[in-house]
Amino acid sequence: MDRTLTLEENGNTESQVGDYISLMKFRVMRLAVFTAAVGLITAPIYVHPVIALASLVCIAVGAGAAGALNMWWDSDIDLIMERTKDRPIPSGRVNKEEALTFGIILSFFSVIMLGLFSNYLSAGLLAFTIVFYVVIYSMFLKRLTPQNIVIGGAAGAFPPMIGWAVATNGISVESILMFALIFFWTPPHFWALCLLTKDDYNKAAVPMLTETHGEIVTRRQILTYSYILVIVSLLLSFTSIGGYLYFCLCIVTNFIFLRYAHNLVKVASSESLLKKKAEKKLFLFSILYLFLHFGTLLLEKVLNVFGMSPIMIPWF
Amino acid sequence: MNPIRHEIYKRRGNKNIAIASVMVAFILIIFSVTIVKISGGGSMQAYDHSLRPELIEASENSE
Repeated sequence: MDRTLTLEENGNTESQVGDYISLMKFRVMRLAVFTAAVGLITAPIYVHPVIALASLVCIAVGAGAAGALNMWWDSDIDLIMERTKDRPIPSGRVNKEEALTFGIILSFFSVIMLGLFSNYLSAGLLAFTIVFYVVIYSMFLKRLTPQNIVIGGAAGAFPPMIGWAVATNGISVESILMFALIFFWTPPHFWALCLLTKDDYNKAAVPMLTETHGEIVTRRQILTYSYILVIVSLLLSFTSIGGYLYFCLCIVTNFIFLRYAHNLVKVASSESLLKKKAEKKLFLFSILYLFLHFGTLLLEKVLNVFGMSPIMIPWF
Repeated sequence: MNPIRHEIYKRRGNKNIAIASVMVAFILIIFSVTIVKISGGGSMQAYDHSLRPELIEASENSE
């Protein structure tokens, strides 16, 4: 039967709107916006909803710009890896120069507008986040050291701090602990993914811990960072944004997280299927873990506004 | 029309609509933020050559 060939099958690579959305790493952007919104809402100073919304748009655009610049720089390794080979640049739908221009314009635009909408501290933090992600993580750390995602994880941890700064024009223990929560969550989350897709990073010669130090070391490191994560989350429950509800959630989720992390170490010498199962469990639960923690901080604030949550006495 | 050319025009048309939507959204954000920043969250009323109680109250408060 005669069939009309699609545009791609004919060798034409005209980009679509969706390509620019995926260039901005929409999933990462969603996480950045959510955590920034939690930082903004849980802050003790009221922000007019219009200013809050406009600031969140700027943070979203800034995160997207950083994603586009990351894809521009990493297009060579994206082409090699199975997980990333269909991204807009390696697939040829968007060319490198276009992505670079798109990323730079959006970066400047988001930082300047955030400075005008809210304050210069939050704009400065957003600018630092973009530079940190693109220059320090993508250009240097990623291809240089197996600790790449540990230090690079800071870029993903800044959004709640930016949100907090939008409201308060300052940095405090609460915003630092929210930063730390994402910072120490990143290694277990990302290394669990690396264990699942390690062949990919091997092909692209990215020095991931799974490749340079082996699986056993990676599993132990996951466990170490999981314990630090537990401490950070517990500390957060004793600040002005935490509360009994968050504390209870911490106990339950940290117990499950540690159980999965211990299981990951335990199955290190088991058969492949068992290992994959343990890695997948921890990876999927880590996503839920972060969502539940930030979601509960938000819920604590809502309950507190309606006078329904006895907030714990702050330690600080 | 050649189906390939048709698809190219369709994609370009969609991109143009997306850019137009982003620009309209940007104008709306700028306008809303301006209103909020100027009025400090309250309603705004300009002097239109007739005295209204709100204007008198406002000037008394500022004194």
